Amino acid sequence: MWQRFAPALPANPWNWIAVWRRNFLVWRKVALASILGNLAEPMSSLFGLGFGLGMIIGGVEGTSYISFLAAGMVATSAMVSATFETIYAAYARMQTNCTWEAVLCTPLTLGDIVLGEVAWAASKALLAGTAITIVAVALGYAEWSSIPYALPAIALTGVTFASLAMVVSALAPSHDYFIFYQSLILTPMMYLSGTIFPMSQLPGSFQRIAALLPLTHSVDLIRPAMLGRPVDSVGLHVGALCIYAAFPFLVSAVLLRQRLMR
Amino acid sequence: MSTAAVDLFQVSKFYDDRVVVDALSFTVSPGECFGLLGPNGAGKSTLARLILGVASPDAGKICVLGEPVPARARLARRGIGVVPQFDNLDLQLTVRENLLVFGRYFAMSAAEVEAVTPSLLEFARLENKADARVAELSGGMKRRLTLARALINDPQLLVLDEPTTGLDPHGRHLIWERLRSLLARGKTILLTTHFMEEAERLCDRLCVLEHGRKIAEGQPHALIEQQIGCQVIEIYGGNPHELLPLVRPQVQRAEVSGETLFCYVTDPEQVRLRLANCTDLRFLQRPPNLEDVFLRLTGREMKD
Repeated sequence: MWQRFAPALPANPWNWIAVWRRNFLVWRKVALASILGNLAEPMSSLFGLGFGLGMIIGGVEGTSYISFLAAGMVATSAMVSATFETIYAAYARMQTNCTWEAVLCTPLTLGDIVLGEVAWAASKALLAGTAITIVAVALGYAEWSSIPYALPAIALTGVTFASLAMVVSALAPSHDYFIFYQSLILTPMMYLSGTIFPMSQLPGSFQRIAALLPLTHSVDLIRPAMLGRPVDSVGLHVGALCIYAAFPFLVSAVLLRQRLMR
Repeated sequence: MSTAAVDLFQVSKFYDDRVVVDALSFTVSPGECFGLLGPNGAGKSTLARLILGVASPDAGKICVLGEPVPARARLARRGIGVVPQFDNLDLQLTVRENLLVFGRYFAMSAAEVEAVTPSLLEFARLENKADARVAELSGGMKRRLTLARALINDPQLLVLDEPTTGLDPHGRHLIWERLRSLLARGKTILLTTHFMEEAERLCDRLCVLEHGRKIAEGQPHALIEQQIGCQVIEIYGGNPHELLPLVRPQVQRAEVSGETLFCYVTDPEQVRLRLANCTDLRFLQRPPNLEDVFLRLTGREMKD
């Protein structure tokens, strides 16, 4: 049993770094375009919704709407960056470009590759989330002191959504199927998880579902940190995100083993 | 523990209900070039995957460089270099960066990779392309870079899956010459191919596969001598089925494949004389080769 699944697991705690560095080397060549592309959408949402709706709404939960929204956009952009990197870029490296196939001929295991890809996607999420945090801080929508607290939460959000997206990548017969994950899972989750409006606006049953979603836990960590408020139940949120990261990681590794090493 | 570079014993592999490798056994000794020869779909690439531990056998035992595979395939792969059937280089990166990235998978430092890069580039005749993006290289150059990449860890064993498929004759000859120099350096090569000429030129021994089964094994020339052992005349330009009865008394054996009549004869002149009255026929007289062996063993040509 162990022998069957050993190739699906990381061989040691450091092999994944070689995979991460390969992706970094390729990304470095297009870094500027990549950063601009990743930031354009959350920034336009932040300013468009923040200023536009903010004028109608006024304050939310004791702060300006744009400050409230900034944390939501940070969490959402971390989710979207990690997801897109995994379902599009990592999927292409697996399926179209056969990059993974080349790595499987080296001492690295499939688990090392998956871990490296998840870490890479989380790094991109961290970059996107941090950039928005810095913009929000610079414009006075968040506290400078919040950055050291927000960054680990953004990174964990990235790992979680990269792991979840890896399961989708492992199952998708082609990239045409990713749209279902985006429109049926991610977009509803964004509306349910209190990124754009407070969860208290949802009907009771939806609130109970929303409380289980990983993005809710991210927002519950990131928003108080950015607004300089104490974070409630840190252990619960971190624990929930860790479960959402670890379990899909293992599932994706086993699914990918069946897909690529049959 | 086996001293063989590669040792397969009664290995089988099924995909769904289809047998891809059928109770196959063979041994590759250190320093030899061993060929797996067969048409597409014979199970060659699957065998390469099994040997690398990327796929697991459904039955049988595999041992590579003294390690049981797939259980300890990761350790075996430290000593293996692989040239896959289709190039999977990083197109966005330069030649030098491709070697660096691959060296890191073998836990080499940047300094270690840089130390071996000049000799690898020289080997691949890519000295002037070190900083070119791979996307700009020709097909032959990409193949040579893939070969250089496979040597980054100074492997004992090279697994080459159809290394010259898709190359022009010039590119193919260059790869062959490079592979011979590796054999001279004592490397072990396991080569899959459907090119008879490639197998005949490079392999010390080979195993002819059909539908995952071994249908012959031995040294190329011994196989040719054993299975054919006489001259060959290919006759085309007429209806081979009509010609067959005419030449039958003069030949040891004759086969029709496509529009060609293959005659196996000790005295080719007899056949020419016999068909002297038939116009528009073209004759190609040649020594026997592995293609003839395959035709003999399977009743059909190897060509895909």
